[in-house]
Amino acid sequence: MTGLYEEIREQPGEDVPTRRITVTVNGQTRKAEVEPRLLLAHLLRQGFALTGTHTGCDTTNCGACTVLYDGAPIKSCTMLAVQADGHEVTTVEGLAGSSELHPIQEGFKDEHGLQCGFCTPGMMLSAKALLDRNPDPTEDEVRWALSGNLCRCTGYQNIVKSVLWAAKKLRSESAS
Amino acid sequence: MYPSRFRYEAPRSIDEAIALLQQGGGEAKVLAGGQSLVPLLKLRFAAPELLVDINGLPGLDYHKVDADGTIRIGALCRHADLERSTLLPGRQPTMASAARLVADPIVRNRGTLVGSLCHADPQGDWASVVTALGGHVVAQGPGGRRTIPMAEFVTGPFQNVLGYDELAVEAVIPAPKGTPAGGYLKLERRVGDFATAGVAVALERSNGSVTRAGIALTGVGGSTINAAEAAQALVGGPLSADRIEGAADLAARAAQPRTDHRGSAEYKRHIVRTFVARILTSIDQPTERAA
Repeated sequence: MTGLYEEIREQPGEDVPTRRITVTVNGQTRKAEVEPRLLLAHLLRQGFALTGTHTGCDTTNCGACTVLYDGAPIKSCTMLAVQADGHEVTTVEGLAGSSELHPIQEGFKDEHGLQCGFCTPGMMLSAKALLDRNPDPTEDEVRWALSGNLCRCTGYQNIVKSVLWAAKKLRSESAS
Repeated sequence: MYPSRFRYEAPRSIDEAIALLQQGGGEAKVLAGGQSLVPLLKLRFAAPELLVDINGLPGLDYHKVDADGTIRIGALCRHADLERSTLLPGRQPTMASAARLVADPIVRNRGTLVGSLCHADPQGDWASVVTALGGHVVAQGPGGRRTIPMAEFVTGPFQNVLGYDELAVEAVIPAPKGTPAGGYLKLERRVGDFATAGVAVALERSNGSVTRAGIALTGVGGSTINAAEAAQALVGGPLSADRIEGAADLAARAAQPRTDHRGSAEYKRHIVRTFVARILTSIDQPTERAA
């Protein structure tokens, strides 16, 4: 794979040390050769063309770049790509099946849980981690779990409703 | 933003990590949770030659309680582990209440308590908690292990006493002699922002009388502030309204806040006074949930 360190090369022709890493991304084994300073967010977006992971503030504040790392939400702008070596990463692209949306995505659609959509992938992955751990959260618990993801459009009312909608759908699916 | 270039090593044992730090000769940084270090690397406030990633070290992700009640937190125990701990509630109320207020839920999945102590940010929550509890840090270097009281661990903003070839492997909270009580309160403009002000209170009581007290303040000085005089005012008697007011006043006096975009110095001092009183008052009125 090329491009990932060329892009941040400071002097052309400089000998750049790289590392080979193997990451399971959305269930698929992916290999990459990366410079240690490459951030996970950039590996996903530029290396693997998974542009559903958004980089917002780039300063560990906004949560737009949230992905699941071994099932737990982390900010991919605040982790080095080399740290994902041997680990599992789930991005928003890994939520939907081949033909239908994930119930969390359905919830955001049904309850109008987005406006510009920039924060949405991070919101949905934080929501996924919550619902994996706690299938029947209270509204407070949803707000608490999403408190590291910032939305600048409209507030959080519909986002919270979307997650509660998804929780209900997932519970009814697992009951049937 | 990209960090400047560095060599990256991911050792598999503490000895290997220490050997790498020795090799780095002061130009190496330890990467644990990375939730403060990676942003600093990206801003290029930090530009180490060597990054020693300790996340692969086995057996450091614990938090446990010894038979005598001593609490030990390994270098890779994440904030989220403490937030979801079943050991802390009821046993260590100051830590339990702080665990859910550190940064935001996503950061808590990566960041570590020991890393937060080492980072020595005056805005760091855990430094106040561990100071109030009279805890210490265990550091391992080429010559073996040593124990450093938290009160001596931080030497200034973002500075600690660790040698360049030492790794902080554990934080230790001594076993209480009485019944522990206390809490942690923080005012922040939004979840994840640095504290406008934070207060940690840790007491031990026997027969209704305070036998040990610690109060430490977050974000109202160049370092974590150990409000020892305020704490001492609580020892030797019950938590009466008078004593609570006295301690709150002394704590507010110990604060050294500066006026900034988060509030005026006077306002922050007021918050410290209010939070000390609120934590102390809520100890015997657990239904009054502090926010």
